[in-house]
Amino acid sequence: MRFINLKPSRTTQLMLAVLPFALLVIAYGVGSVVRLAENPSDKLLPAFASLVDAINRMAFTADVRSGEYLFWADTLASLGRLGMALGIATAIALVFGMLVGMFPYIRALLAPFLAAISMVPPLALLPILFIALGLGETSKVTLIVIGIAPIMVRDLVLRVLDLPREQLIKAQTLGGSSWQIGIRVVLPQILPRLIDGLRLQLGSAWLFLIAAEAISADSGLGYRIFLVRRYLSMDVIFPYVAWITLLAVVANVALDLLRRRVFPWTELGKAT
Amino acid sequence: MIRVENVWKEYGEQVVLERISLDIADRAFVALVGPSGCGKTTFLKLLLGEEQPSEGRITLDGQPLAPEPTPERGVVFQRYSVFPHLSVLDNVLIGRDFSGSPFRGRLGRVSRRAAADEARALIAEVGLSGNEDKYPAQLSGGMQQRLALAQALIMRPRVLLLDEPFGALDPGIRADIHVLMKRLWNETDLTVVMVTHDMREAFTLATRVIAFERPRNAPADRVRYGASLSSDIAVWPPRVAGLTDPDSTPYTFASPGGDDPAQATGPRRDDPAPPLAGAKP
Repeated sequence: MRFINLKPSRTTQLMLAVLPFALLVIAYGVGSVVRLAENPSDKLLPAFASLVDAINRMAFTADVRSGEYLFWADTLASLGRLGMALGIATAIALVFGMLVGMFPYIRALLAPFLAAISMVPPLALLPILFIALGLGETSKVTLIVIGIAPIMVRDLVLRVLDLPREQLIKAQTLGGSSWQIGIRVVLPQILPRLIDGLRLQLGSAWLFLIAAEAISADSGLGYRIFLVRRYLSMDVIFPYVAWITLLAVVANVALDLLRRRVFPWTELGKAT
Repeated sequence: MIRVENVWKEYGEQVVLERISLDIADRAFVALVGPSGCGKTTFLKLLLGEEQPSEGRITLDGQPLAPEPTPERGVVFQRYSVFPHLSVLDNVLIGRDFSGSPFRGRLGRVSRRAAADEARALIAEVGLSGNEDKYPAQLSGGMQQRLALAQALIMRPRVLLLDEPFGALDPGIRADIHVLMKRLWNETDLTVVMVTHDMREAFTLATRVIAFERPRNAPADRVRYGASLSSDIAVWPPRVAGLTDPDSTPYTFASPGGDDPAQATGPRRDDPAPPLAGAKP
């Protein structure tokens, strides 16, 4: 039988899905044991016990100096910045995506500008943002927004333009005004796409967040990683990276669930 | 009455339609036929207001057509006529929502309930009762076109424009929906203009069949010469909207002529597959 026709059963599927994760952990464990056998004070691949110890120290023991639980304070700071930036970027994408997608005049005005803007490498703007907006929260949030909003806008514009011409004509023959067509026909159909766009941009958003925190911050997951890097504290860095990944994965799944729950019709088209 | 006066349509250098003059009487059912690429759909777009004639003018009851689609001209396309994100009931109600609520685009609860009764009646009329809460993706192609008809009819348009509305349907389902279409045209104060590539469908439904053709179709002529009306056939025996059965006319024949396209010997002899009770695809 051809390989393209072989399909795994549910159990096999699950096992196969777990396999790469397990292999990664095993590889790490073996590497760690080998290196530590050679040099007990090796810091590169700390033993699982040291990782647990570090998590314990960061997450469940109050910091001696500030009295805070650093892990949670960092998480809160990072998620706050990220949430704010994603919210602003989503709002921008929605407004401009619909305006540019629906109205030829606004498209003529803004589409070339957007195409150019989205090519500016956001990290190159970071020094400008720090100089202009200071080292506080504003510059970090702005960096993320600048990094992801243009792509989200362009994605939504394409989605609006993809709406069948027939639908918009039909809506007009039913007496809809531009505004009514916008909120009853266009908006509900691009919202699911907006959620998907947000999911796809989560990775970039984290990238810009860590980059901004690495350069200037006094809390945050990225800040902590770059701080303890000075002491080669891999026992802290590994759990932090795993935690960031987990947060991103959870956000991704949660957004997908949200789309299915709020817009059940988006799943119907796929079945046929 | 729709009056088309010496209309030309050009896209850049390309002449698509030329010298189109035509009067369409109220409550007529006009079928536009012709080979593909001969401008039938372009002509329908002109009637719809989606495109403007390059020359000439089109009037509805003496008034020039608005240069954009309006509620007096309803439309059903071959595909994408209904909104995938709305349930069947909401698809039919959206016209009422638009006219009753300029800002929210959705009626308040009380007035919506009244409108919903009307919409349900219309949904029953097109044979979709019991499907009110389904989404279009859960309906078959024929049911989606029925929904598109109901959606257009709630606006009570003067003119209903159909762009190959049944072209993608199976023959049996198409016959069913022909029966519905005939009834709707007969019972509603409607003028229908339908583009079709199916001659049989044209003569089954229409009161008048108009053919578009390019008189000069040599490759060198194709750019500068567009299509024009090549024939205009009144269907015999004449169908008249408003009679109980538009096919049963008072005319009788001594001997059925071989040329007569639709001689009524039985109920709807034309229909290839009469609807059976409960017959579903």
